[in-house]
Amino acid sequence: MKKQETLRQRDIRTAWMLILPSLLIILGITLQPILTTFILSFFETSQGQIVPTEFVGLSHYFNFIKDPIFWATIKRTLYFTFVSVALELVLGLGIAQLINSHPPGWKFLRTSLIIPWAVPTIVNGFMWRWIYNADYGALNGLLLQLGVIKHYVPWLIAPQRAMNLVILADIWHTVPFVALILQAALATIPEELEEAAAVDGATSWQRFVRIRLPLLRPAILVALVIRSVEAFRVFDIIYVTTNGGPAFGTVTISFLTYLETFSYGHIGNGSALSFLISLFTMGLAYIYIRFLYRPEVNP
Amino acid sequence: MRKETKWILIVTMLTLLVSLVGCQSQQQPTGPVTIRVFGMDQAAMTPEEMKAIADEFMQKNPDIKVELEFAAYDAMHDKIITAMASTPPSYDVFEVDDPWYAEFVKAGYLVDVSDRITDKMKADVFKTAWDVVTVDGKVYGLPWLLDQKYFFYNKQILQQAGFNEPPKTWEELIDQAKVIKEKGLVEYPIVWSWAQAEAAICDWVTLLYGNGGTFLDKDGKPAFNNEAGVQTLTWMLQTMEDGYTNPASISYLEEDVRNVFSQGKAAFALNWNYMFDLANFNQQESQVTGQVGVALIPVFKKGAEMGVVSSSINGSMGFGVAAKSPNLDAGWKFIEYLTSEDVQLRYSAHMLPMWQTLFQGDNLKKLESASPAAAVMASAFSAQFPYANVRPRAAFYPEGSKALQLALQLALTKQKTPQEALDEAAAKWLELSQK
Repeated sequence: MKKQETLRQRDIRTAWMLILPSLLIILGITLQPILTTFILSFFETSQGQIVPTEFVGLSHYFNFIKDPIFWATIKRTLYFTFVSVALELVLGLGIAQLINSHPPGWKFLRTSLIIPWAVPTIVNGFMWRWIYNADYGALNGLLLQLGVIKHYVPWLIAPQRAMNLVILADIWHTVPFVALILQAALATIPEELEEAAAVDGATSWQRFVRIRLPLLRPAILVALVIRSVEAFRVFDIIYVTTNGGPAFGTVTISFLTYLETFSYGHIGNGSALSFLISLFTMGLAYIYIRFLYRPEVNP
Repeated sequence: MRKETKWILIVTMLTLLVSLVGCQSQQQPTGPVTIRVFGMDQAAMTPEEMKAIADEFMQKNPDIKVELEFAAYDAMHDKIITAMASTPPSYDVFEVDDPWYAEFVKAGYLVDVSDRITDKMKADVFKTAWDVVTVDGKVYGLPWLLDQKYFFYNKQILQQAGFNEPPKTWEELIDQAKVIKEKGLVEYPIVWSWAQAEAAICDWVTLLYGNGGTFLDKDGKPAFNNEAGVQTLTWMLQTMEDGYTNPASISYLEEDVRNVFSQGKAAFALNWNYMFDLANFNQQESQVTGQVGVALIPVFKKGAEMGVVSSSINGSMGFGVAAKSPNLDAGWKFIEYLTSEDVQLRYSAHMLPMWQTLFQGDNLKKLESASPAAAVMASAFSAQFPYANVRPRAAFYPEGSKALQLALQLALTKQKTPQEALDEAAAKWLELSQK
């Protein structure tokens, strides 16, 4: 008995030694910056330098909470998050259902679905910026040829419309991800369940709402949490497509953090904002898990 | 697990770890050095031209290897800030825009090279160029690009509309635009770079000073929200509502302006020097080759009455060596080569030299024969440069500029009146200057 224990202890020690180097590296490149950022968020720094100069406590945080620009930005970010994630879920579910019903060419469809998702976000942003261009963009060309518009439309000059168009670009990019997660989950639902329900006279809508949707709940939760957190922190597609314009109409919270930190050189402010973002995303995740995660219905 | 195996494992892991950590601290003072140079991919010299210059340099200096990296203008400021955070910094040599010098010197990014400037440099380079790289009497790098916005027009469209001369005032421009629009020659006669970026400030300063306004008053307080400023912004909005200004201008940068103009979709445009060569001579880039004219930038009637002849924006830039760079000498050597008379003369298609001696006497003939663009732009430069206005030099400039960009956009998207928007930006500027 005693010998077995030492063997186990030895195994544990070897395991630790094996993971130690990678652990150190991981801690070095994630934990260290997080801690530094956290500490910096309580300090004033000299402009453009990561050197704390004066301890200011929570005042960076309070300044933002009092700042109407901050709340306007949070509002825009939440709009971006909810609209894009909601549409992605609906579209993703539709596509997943379509693939799952195995229409002719479904394998090709499933493979080609990956393409928009595989395009790097920066490239995607540039692509949509060109598509939306008022004078030589594909969107104007297409709509004009279809006769939908009579004159070229300058798409990106109205703040709200610019925001919606950035959302569209983001949806195009990430719907495949949601569709693939949901399709994988759909494929695991046993056919017998639905067949039995059909024999009992359930309509296809009833089967969808009563059988598929509850069984899909864990997959939906996963997609929802991942996408919401990602959407809340959206940065690159906005940076490329609109650069926050027009009139700050597409400035989200990550973009504001970027402006504070790198454009204005307020490292302390930027650090505080980063932590506020973390708080918001944790809040989002909590809400989802609290209201959607029900272990008893997990298959 | 056997004891030996375990030890081998541990030693391997430790070696790995040590070699990883060791990556950072290799600094050999002898042997060939590599300098990393960061520049702009937009306006001025093209990356291909820069690469050719770097190749020449490396052939002459086999002990120095030059690695070039480029970014679009709007990404440069923030990339430099991140690059300077590490020691040694990611760039040894980098390009600095005029309004950033105050900020970068305050942050300690740039090395003071005052005692490396030769008397010949001091005498032969434009004085305005030295103003760009000088902060509080000390010189931080060498000037490289003396640029400003120019007024370009499409000669063919103007002729078809019945005009032989480009406009001298903005009011005259609107009269011409009216005819051009009515005749259906182009839908929107003028295109600007009014996107939420520094580009908008450049056009704004040009218009503001042409209306007799100034950015700051004598005491250094914001003056852009006074009568001249509000009138200017109101005029900008009006030209858009009347359909003379391309409404997409609110989302356009200089490259968009160049593309629209080069497609023959605009009769007038403001842009930097580089657009002339690309729009007038490069058939792959332009459908209006041979039709591009350049003239003094117009002013408003009110400005003209006050004696303003023309108004442009000074968009000059310099190259500096990073203060923390271990390769100060190699970096300096490269900048010296990059800005030398000979190199600037040979690569003058997209930017003009900063050496005033090249604009005089026989040298001017050499410059004008160096490229077809320089043949036209050398005299355009001499005519326009006396009227190039400088943006304020303040350590908080990027934040103040962003507030002004927002104000312009709020007014142009009609969310605020020009007066309200500019007042807010002025208040923000004042607040920043008192911090």
